[in-house]
Amino acid sequence: MDNKVNYLLRLGDNALILSQQLSQWCGKGPALEEDMALTNVALDLLGQTRMWYAYAAELEGAGRDEDALAYLRDAHEFRNCLLLEQPNGNYADTLVRQFFFDAWHYFLIEGLTRSSDARIAAIAEKSLKEVTYHLRRSGDLIVRLGDGTAVSHARTQAAVDALWMYSGEVFAYDAVDEAMVAEGVAPAADGLRAQWLAHVGEILAEATLTMPPADAWMQSGGKQGRHTEHLGYILAEMQFLQRAYPGAAW
Amino acid sequence: MKAAAPTTATAAVAPAEAGAHAEQIWGWLGEVPDPEIPVISIVDLGIVREVRVAADGACDVTITPTYSGCPAMQVIADAITEALHARGVATVRLHNQLSPAWTTDWMSETGKAALRGYGIAPPAQQVIDISALRAGAGQRGVLSAVSRRAAPAAPRIACPRCGSTHTEITSQFGSTPCKALYKCLDCREPFDYFKCH
Repeated sequence: MDNKVNYLLRLGDNALILSQQLSQWCGKGPALEEDMALTNVALDLLGQTRMWYAYAAELEGAGRDEDALAYLRDAHEFRNCLLLEQPNGNYADTLVRQFFFDAWHYFLIEGLTRSSDARIAAIAEKSLKEVTYHLRRSGDLIVRLGDGTAVSHARTQAAVDALWMYSGEVFAYDAVDEAMVAEGVAPAADGLRAQWLAHVGEILAEATLTMPPADAWMQSGGKQGRHTEHLGYILAEMQFLQRAYPGAAW
Repeated sequence: MKAAAPTTATAAVAPAEAGAHAEQIWGWLGEVPDPEIPVISIVDLGIVREVRVAADGACDVTITPTYSGCPAMQVIADAITEALHARGVATVRLHNQLSPAWTTDWMSETGKAALRGYGIAPPAQQVIDISALRAGAGQRGVLSAVSRRAAPAAPRIACPRCGSTHTEITSQFGSTPCKALYKCLDCREPFDYFKCH
């Protein structure tokens, strides 16, 4: 697969899988405002997914469209990072996953606004304001939960500890990522990681939470299509309609 | 998920007003309401970027989404096509443009007044300044956009009912992606605020 198509699918798959996960909270959020915030973020991510997929499909030129990419690929063809397919769990689990992602996503999208690929730069420019809101919100909530009650603190710390090993995959560049860096399409990993560690460290400290060691062992494989068991269940639900009624449209 | 591609539609009737000027087209589009906030037109909202009329009367309209996931874009595209067909423009071609990204600065003063009358507080401040980010102003500029300490003071939002600025935010996210939830601490009215974006 072409490096740029692969890279665009990774961007789109991250956004789509997280969007689908957040949508599962619809009607079940701990407060009305949280319910709406989660679904708003899910909608932003779905919109971004469409822009990445549309471009990937055009470059690929294989006759697949956005719908085919979303609904007709199996788990091993998805390129999202393992972090995004981790279960919603309790609210702290959902928010820590969101915060780890948002912090990376924000610095990445900001870097992509200067991409050598004009279309990618335009999509990033469109998305930057959205992901800025996302990161502000998830950072605020991490502080409120971490520096909240004994129970919220304990759950948030447990979520940070459990999800930490999934936070490094976005910075583990393989040949595809490195090719994009060499072409000036994507920002390098080192700069992004330094920004991420600084921001996450600042928020966790304010939240009175302990940051696990930066050099801890990290999970990887999602970007290459090697997923945890969770992704299959997510796809089973998300793709049900097109699998049961191929080509259904409304 | 099939919506964003440019669409071409041709009306069956012969063009009654072939050769309509771009200015006329802008006027007609100014009567097309936003599907989610019908008191404001898509022109006042700043969604229509460009109108071009070809020699044969075909019309190219370029629109831009307010938000990536805005579910109203397809409805808006259909409404534009329908409105222009009704005026006799036989061929309408729609194009999507992402850059420069839409911000609330594209909204007209007429549009902002209409929002207020409808009970939605219009955007109060300048938008999030991403120019510093794009210019690569360095880590400080990038971080200050999301840092809690460096966050700018929240804008004073006037209640669209009583005009009081004694209001507070309930949630950054409201009933649609473009709105936040506020409440007035004087008249106690909860209201939508069209976010600066």
